[in-house]
Amino acid sequence: MQALLRVAVVAALVQLTACSNIEPWVKPYERANLATEEMSFDRNPVCESYMNHVFEAREGARGASGSAGGGCGCN
Amino acid sequence: MAQVLPDDRADVLYHSYDGGGVTINGPSLLARKKVTKDLSLSANYYVDSISSASIDVLSYASPYSEKRTEVSVGADYLLGDTILSAGFTSSDENDFKADTANFGVRQEIFGGLTSVSLGFAQGSDEIGQVTDPDFTRDADRRLYRMGVSQVVSKKFVMNLDFEAITDEGFLNNPYRQVRYETVGGSGFLWQPEIYPSTRTSSAFAVGGRYFLGEGSVVHGNARLYTDTWGIDAWNAKAGYTYIFRSKWLFDFSYRYYTQTAADFYSDLFPYVDAQNFLGRDKEISTFNDHSLRLDVTYDFPVEKWDFLKRGTLNLSYSYMLFSYDDFRNVLDGSPAGSEPLYDFNAGVVTLFVSVWF
Repeated sequence: MQALLRVAVVAALVQLTACSNIEPWVKPYERANLATEEMSFDRNPVCESYMNHVFEAREGARGASGSAGGGCGCN
Repeated sequence: MAQVLPDDRADVLYHSYDGGGVTINGPSLLARKKVTKDLSLSANYYVDSISSASIDVLSYASPYSEKRTEVSVGADYLLGDTILSAGFTSSDENDFKADTANFGVRQEIFGGLTSVSLGFAQGSDEIGQVTDPDFTRDADRRLYRMGVSQVVSKKFVMNLDFEAITDEGFLNNPYRQVRYETVGGSGFLWQPEIYPSTRTSSAFAVGGRYFLGEGSVVHGNARLYTDTWGIDAWNAKAGYTYIFRSKWLFDFSYRYYTQTAADFYSDLFPYVDAQNFLGRDKEISTFNDHSLRLDVTYDFPVEKWDFLKRGTLNLSYSYMLFSYDDFRNVLDGSPAGSEPLYDFNAGVVTLFVSVWF
């Protein structure tokens, strides 16, 4: 069992090493459009954190929305 | 696209929520600064001033006002293609205190095309009751997060996020009540709600932004959610960002959310102590909500201030409509169980100034 585990770990490391050699299919000089402000996921962190809090206090679902926790203010 | 620390910036924000008999407003202040080329520190101060005459409050209590203060500090450390993060948040109300510590790591791979992040947070809540100074209960929370950000093409980036949260302890609200039918009549009485002492939830989200042309971007995201209380939910959002004359940014978006009720939820229980667990919070009922949002950003000139690189004035407005499928308006006065279903709308405003230095 331990031998199997060792083989799995070595195989995983080889895979990871291989990954680092993958040729990027979008070259750094082709990423200008992606670096613009309008393409940012996190343009206004304070505002987004607040809006996530507004939803989390009123909806049953939580998580995977980038919100920080703490308190409720929902009664 | 090597890993970089977040920009040095400061934000001063005013927020306001008004809906369903509840008004909440207050400031939020954020400052973030690189203290060395590898280390960025941040701090956030946030206040909710709450004035509530919600349907729950009017049904079995009296309107109240209270204040919640939240303070967060954080550090991000750049190590090659990796960013290590740690932070601490403390939230304080007169009857509720929550402390959360969080840790994260973000690693770039595939020549910067992919960014993988892992996060963990541990929180502890202390719940009190203003009407009973001797009442104290605890709850613990653990959060596990994994995310992938992927450059798909020269015009398209996407995010995948998974987050699992487990809670243990006193998870209900000490003031909230459930109602049950009185024997042989059309009336009802109230008793305190009883929630399970554990809850585990999983949420999976996918989002993307597509570059249409200079200053023009469409974006969207969707989330699936499930938990051990029986709540299943999903939401989706679509939006459009447009830059006008390089100084103005407009963002329009629409969001839809829907969920099923928790297994122990009922608007009207048949008799007192009808189940081991009893819940009538509208947040765990079956409902949906729609949100329309407009954000406007204006880049104002900063030449007068040498230490500033950029400054923006921002306004965000959201209109929300909540419609409940099994939560009735008991204030209507109709016989128990035949009241109209409840709904309400809300307006949310944030007004803020951001500066980069």
